[in-house]
Amino acid sequence: MYRIRFHGRGGQGVKTASRILGTAFFLSGFEVQDAPRYGAERRGAPIFAYVRADRRPIHERGVIRDPGLVLVADETLVAISAASVLEGVGARTAFLVHSGEETQTWRDRLDLAGPVVTLPVAGPHGEGLEARYVGAACAAAAACLAGVVSLGAVEEAVREELEGLADEVIARNREHARWAYGLMEPLRGCVEPDPAHPAGPIPPPGWVELPFEDARVSAPATHAGVTSTLVKTGLWRTVRPVIEHARCRGCWWVCGSLCPDGVIGVDEAGRPWIDYDHCKGCMVCLSQCPNRAIDAIPERDARGAESAGGEK
Amino acid sequence: MSRTMLTGNVAAAWGARLAGIEYLPAFPITPQTEIIETISRWIETGEMDCRMTTLESEHSMVTAAGAAAAAGVRVFTATSSQGLLYGMEMLYTTAGWRAPFVLVNVSRGLSSPITLEPDHNDILAARDSGFLQLHCATCQEVLDGVLVAYRLAEDERVRLPVIVNMDGFHLSFTREPVEITDAAAAARFLPPFDPGNLGFRAGAPLSEAVAVLGGSPYSYFRYQVHLAALNAEAVFPSIAGEFHRAFGRPFPAVETYRCDDAEVVFVMMGSFATKAKAAVDRLREAGEAVGLVRPVMLRPFPSAALREALAGKRGIAVVDQNLSPGRGGVLHTEISAALQGCAGPSPVLASFVGGLGGREIASEEFCEMAAVARRAAAEGRAPEPRLLFTEAERKEMRNLQAIALARGARERRP
Ligand code: SF4
Ligand code: SF4
Repeated sequence: MYRIRFHGRGGQGVKTASRILGTAFFLSGFEVQDAPRYGAERRGAPIFAYVRADRRPIHERGVIRDPGLVLVADETLVAISAASVLEGVGARTAFLVHSGEETQTWRDRLDLAGPVVTLPVAGPHGEGLEARYVGAACAAAAACLAGVVSLGAVEEAVREELEGLADEVIARNREHARWAYGLMEPLRGCVEPDPAHPAGPIPPPGWVELPFEDARVSAPATHAGVTSTLVKTGLWRTVRPVIEHARCRGCWWVCGSLCPDGVIGVDEAGRPWIDYDHCKGCMVCLSQCPNRAIDAIPERDARGAESAGGEK
Repeated sequence: MSRTMLTGNVAAAWGARLAGIEYLPAFPITPQTEIIETISRWIETGEMDCRMTTLESEHSMVTAAGAAAAAGVRVFTATSSQGLLYGMEMLYTTAGWRAPFVLVNVSRGLSSPITLEPDHNDILAARDSGFLQLHCATCQEVLDGVLVAYRLAEDERVRLPVIVNMDGFHLSFTREPVEITDAAAAARFLPPFDPGNLGFRAGAPLSEAVAVLGGSPYSYFRYQVHLAALNAEAVFPSIAGEFHRAFGRPFPAVETYRCDDAEVVFVMMGSFATKAKAAVDRLREAGEAVGLVRPVMLRPFPSAALREALAGKRGIAVVDQNLSPGRGGVLHTEISAALQGCAGPSPVLASFVGGLGGREIASEEFCEMAAVARRAAAEGRAPEPRLLFTEAERKEMRNLQAIALARGARERRP
């Protein structure tokens, strides 16, 4: 059975990727199961989707814990433990990341036993892979790495899954699929189907008795107002708002009250500041600022500048 | 007939479309909404000729469904979890009207705490309402179940509403290959609704919701609901047989998987039962005689079919994806009752509660459950009921409680 997991952020087409790959397997005569796993259901939040494909009926269900292939559409997720992209990655698991860095850098960084592959951000024409085509490209790459699904089946699956969209959009997605499929040709078939069950003795599940605990502990109540600050929802951000203080007039009640997440504060000098741990990057502030004092910077660049010792 | 990749939700919508439904009262709720969205799109494009009304709550939605069915049209509706509970008063009421319609419930655990993922406490809360219940394990079964449900609901020996149940996420949002039944063949299997004496028009009024006092008429009416439900058990095999002949797919009241020579069997409902099938295959490869028995029909309770399937088994692991606080697993209770007084040596039952709120059940856990049931059979004594919960989960719970200050609070407050 092929067990394949896609990771990305809400809005990056990860569910579509799983459907394109699922349909491509299905068109190639496989039994298939594909599903997204929703959570926060917000743009930018980490989400994943998965595909199972087998020659026999599939009885297994739910989240894939022992993938044969993991594809990551957004490299910034690898460092976010809550995104769990490395969960269940074992000795045989192939790992593909959409990244501008060298494949060798990822090999050294992750130190995985299985193959590590990158899908370059340069895109088919070297002018940058647009985010909206990453899903189709990842699906095509997965198909080639599995080696049992033809490019024709992938292109047909793209057409079926994007049916209803403009011909131009479908054509561009197919073009990106062809590009990614071709890039993976040298590694074609490196992902082999895994057996239905792991071999060897079956480990015990490690059950415990659940003891009684009184309701002061066991009722599902939160006894603190600060728990939401512990969740760094800023990690969902793909674009960062940056206040350009030279242009800012200090009318903080405008951006401060329109920010839907309440993360714009004001310092003693009356200057606004943004809590980047929790700003989700919706850009409402940017669109509402009467003085156009807020700039948008891709998160990847902003983080790059930070780690290079730039301004925080 | 070709197969198409469909989610359970879209399969349910196809079931309604092939059934030629005429009225859809609707109210959205995750993870069901895709069903009514799909149907509303087909209505808009003209692919379906159906009246859709969005109501302001599930209570009104079920009322509208029952009223329209009592007016003699074919009605479909869908909900989930809290929505099913919000409409609960009208489930009992419309079943009492003997209004035949089909409701798809997408199972989701109940509050509190609130969750989105599946277990069966929502659908089991409707167990005694008078609705019949079919529990699906695959997306194909969802489509098929809707068609079978109309035949059952509208049969003059039955005439009761039916709930077709599927699990949220594991079916609702999961695509699998589904054979979309040919429309003409579906229409032959399920002809247009013959409302009999249902329906009203000017000059022929109909009054539902009558009041009775004194208990005798009440006893009569409610017991008639019971007798009608029992009739459904009797008519089911012929409807299912007709379905099998028409479409080549079985739709049994009780599914058995590798059971014939099994010494130990799992008993489970819904889509998690397919995980049990995978574990059965694994155990069989290891040389163990293990099988699965899955009630598809829960109301009426298929006692005879279950007794037959379980006869001669030594150990039975009942896996309940529900919890009746103060009692335990509901299915375990029902299976115990069904086996009472059977001839021959009675099997030993081991009760497990697992999959609450969508908690996964690992293959290793099925293997361990089979081992527990086998040991219990050898000792001739039922083990203590067990919640599937691991040391790792307990540690995770401790972390969550630390964040919520649940433990600190205990010390701080007297
Ligand atoms: S709305 Fe614009 S100008 Fe006003 S305080 Fe905010 S960033 Fe500065
Ligand atoms: S982008 Fe601006 S409005 Fe949106 S969350 Fe961040 S600070 Fe608030």
